[in-house]
Amino acid sequence: MKDLLKFVVCGSVDDGKSTLIGHLLYNCNCLYLDQKDALISDSKKTGEDIDYSLLLDGLSAEREQKITIDVAYRYFTTNKRNFIVADAPGHAEYTRNMAVGASFGDLACILIDATKLMTEQTIRHMRICKMFGIDYFVFIVNKMDLVDYDEKAFLKVKKQIDDVNKELGIPNIEIIPVSAKKGENLDKSSKKMLWYKGPSFLEYLENVQKDNWENDDFYLQVQRVCRPNSTFRGYQGQILSGQINVGDILTNLPSKEKAQVKEIYVTDKKVKKASTGMPVTICLNEEIDISRGNVLVKNNNLIIDDKFTCQLLWMDDNDIKLNRNYQIQVGTKTTTARITNIKSKINLQTGKEEKISKIDIKKNDIVSCDISLNEKIVFDEFKNNKNFGKFIFVNLITNQTSAAGIIKSQLLETNLSYQKLDITKKIRATNLNQKPLTFWFTGLPASGKSTLANELEKYLTSIGKHTMLLDGDNIRLGLNKDLKFSLKDRSENIRRVAEVTKLLNDAGLIVLTSFISPFEKDRKIAKEIIGSDFIEIYVKTKLEICEKRDKKGNYLKARKGLIKDFTGISSPYDEPSNPNIIIENNEQLDKVIISLIEQIKKYM
Amino acid sequence: MRAIILVEKTIILGGCMNYLDKLEAEAIYIIREVAETCEKPVMLYSIGKDSSVMLHLALKAFYPGKPPFPFLHVDTTWKFHEMIEFRDRIAKEKGIDLIVYTNEEGVKNNINPFDHGSMYTDIMKTEALKQAIDKYGFTAAFGGARRDEEKSRSKERIFSFRNENHAWDPKNQRPELWNLYNTRINEGESIRVFPLSNWTEKDIWQYIKRENIEVVPLYFAKKRPVINRNGNLIMVDDDRLKLKDGEKIEYKMVRFRTLGCYPLTGACLSKAQTLDDVVNETLEEKSSERVTRVIDYQKNTSMEQRKKEGYF
Repeated sequence: MKDLLKFVVCGSVDDGKSTLIGHLLYNCNCLYLDQKDALISDSKKTGEDIDYSLLLDGLSAEREQKITIDVAYRYFTTNKRNFIVADAPGHAEYTRNMAVGASFGDLACILIDATKLMTEQTIRHMRICKMFGIDYFVFIVNKMDLVDYDEKAFLKVKKQIDDVNKELGIPNIEIIPVSAKKGENLDKSSKKMLWYKGPSFLEYLENVQKDNWENDDFYLQVQRVCRPNSTFRGYQGQILSGQINVGDILTNLPSKEKAQVKEIYVTDKKVKKASTGMPVTICLNEEIDISRGNVLVKNNNLIIDDKFTCQLLWMDDNDIKLNRNYQIQVGTKTTTARITNIKSKINLQTGKEEKISKIDIKKNDIVSCDISLNEKIVFDEFKNNKNFGKFIFVNLITNQTSAAGIIKSQLLETNLSYQKLDITKKIRATNLNQKPLTFWFTGLPASGKSTLANELEKYLTSIGKHTMLLDGDNIRLGLNKDLKFSLKDRSENIRRVAEVTKLLNDAGLIVLTSFISPFEKDRKIAKEIIGSDFIEIYVKTKLEICEKRDKKGNYLKARKGLIKDFTGISSPYDEPSNPNIIIENNEQLDKVIISLIEQIKKYM
Repeated sequence: MRAIILVEKTIILGGCMNYLDKLEAEAIYIIREVAETCEKPVMLYSIGKDSSVMLHLALKAFYPGKPPFPFLHVDTTWKFHEMIEFRDRIAKEKGIDLIVYTNEEGVKNNINPFDHGSMYTDIMKTEALKQAIDKYGFTAAFGGARRDEEKSRSKERIFSFRNENHAWDPKNQRPELWNLYNTRINEGESIRVFPLSNWTEKDIWQYIKRENIEVVPLYFAKKRPVINRNGNLIMVDDDRLKLKDGEKIEYKMVRFRTLGCYPLTGACLSKAQTLDDVVNETLEEKSSERVTRVIDYQKNTSMEQRKKEGYF
């Protein structure tokens, strides 16, 4: 059976979103004859050409004003895939409706008018999609017919996208020049833009393979308790991730009581095991107190607490209010919560967090804030677990959905505050007569990170610098010996290393770190912790050469499947999108070292 | 390199559920949410294929228990006779609590589809539904509508808020984020819930086939007495249908793609006598199912208008 791709189409007003989808549906023969006839007769009322946008704008107010007010969902099928497309409105006023579409999509399609470039609204849409966890973006540079299908116009937009993404860090991007109106590069490659070698829009949609890095841990959040009679008690819900078997021991959160799985039903069928996405009813061997909103787990990696820090997209016409009670929903858990501190407002253009002097947060603003809940609930950081890291706020008086939120982290005890010290990093560094720096080496296993870091440290010591080298394996044998190689543990590994590095920098030292650090988002977090003296060095060694050089024999083991989640073989490596230094470590070592020393000098 | 690894991972994780399983899981999640968070829900049962699927999903969602809410059929008194027989039999077999509601005042005033046109729909369907919801104090009502059916439906939320006059305000819908449904309402307000929002007509038939769900026999082709009225094949289901000049009853192999009030529902010529035939015919269908609904074509936005007034 064909799989399903859900995507959202967004972008600024009049960039041609509805036309793009309408024309695509038309060309893919996804319309019924009577719908085609109605389209042609409706189009004639206003002009000669077919107005494909009429297929999408389904409300009378939209047709009268020729704008999109709310999301329209369309369903179509090709030989390769089923698609559901959410056509989102472009007007700033309807941003919250756009957010509805963004929360629906696995992939975002962003339209940009080639004659106008990206607007503030386009960037706002990108930011909301990214905030909501979309990692796949396809940019449609539309209206190419109006710029004579000129490559230069396309490259100008491409440059702009690349610039914005330097800050945003979207891992998967495709950029396609299109004329939605004329159908160029829509469902097949355009003959008018032979300079473009990539796929057409439809080819891209049909072939993109989505990264499903779901959590493997078993999580079920209880939706309801099923008690049809005095003998049967089942816990119903949808499995959020992982697998469960009869006989497994489950822990109920937040109470942490344990019980064994006696029976599993998937809808009305009794089964031995069930997995991600299935609607199940689970019976346990003993009666423990479990109610709606509780979470059943096998291994608990979730957080149980009554406060966290988050990003909020404010959607209510009423302004945000500090310390007022709102209803919060995290999955099926509902309780009340208050915003205790608004830390900053996100500048939609630059992504920078701007301090605010007074509370003046309006509809469509994105803010960083702290939340305090009325009781301890189960949650997680959104980057670790999307299911437990997102929530909505509901106004208790108007019942309006006021905000959508993404949990950033647990909020540690507020009685901790930063102690100001008299001897500063600058004083310590001056004493040592050097500038504290961090040389962050990243690259595949056996790419030569440790060797190069070691050589660089020898050089720095020889010229009288005070240094410290943090090496991946060494840290994992000590400080981080409680961590494994799951996504979450890898992130924690990097976070701790970054914190230690920051302390060493504070001590005035030049730090060299040698960690695979495969994920761009983790390196970004490391950079945020360490600050501006972070120099990313990408050791770019060909995979074959790494395998050949690998003295520990790890690649061989990984190839045989003996090591799970091995970077480069069974776990991905995100190439740095914008490293300070790239070292092609494929040649003789001494040449490479000389080149490295040359390149670091300008940072000293 | 990245792409290859990812594909393998996807197969391992997502291999157990196919597209229909996912639609089923989504609908069951929605149905359970309503049962848990809404004070007094009801499931609309219109006897059609979508209602049959919805009923089937409700039975599965609460197994081994029964759906913790009643079912409501708004009877206009103009439904096909076979529908009413089917309704009563299924309600008994499945052991569900079925409420049948008719706008008695409309009946008293002899409101009918021949003399009263769109007013008939207003009084016998929209008004009747509003009366029933008010009478029983329902706070949430499930409907089997799908977004692929019609343009204004494609814009509607899964949880669609209605004010105290049952009106839908399409320009000011509540945001609906992920699957975090806000079901809070004030006194007198209600929510219409559409668990089949993301299903298409093809999905419905494929699911009916997979799950072997019984549907009204009118969906299968059979020789039936029909007249041709304004281009629609209308079945003569009882003697309340008066022939106009030049109209004559013919027996044709027809079936129905949608079911409603017999004078307002056009039949289509078809040889599809089995479920397999119907599935195949649906997969090759060239026209949308709304073609057979007589009332939709009165105005381009008539569905939206009726929804604003409280129609489903």
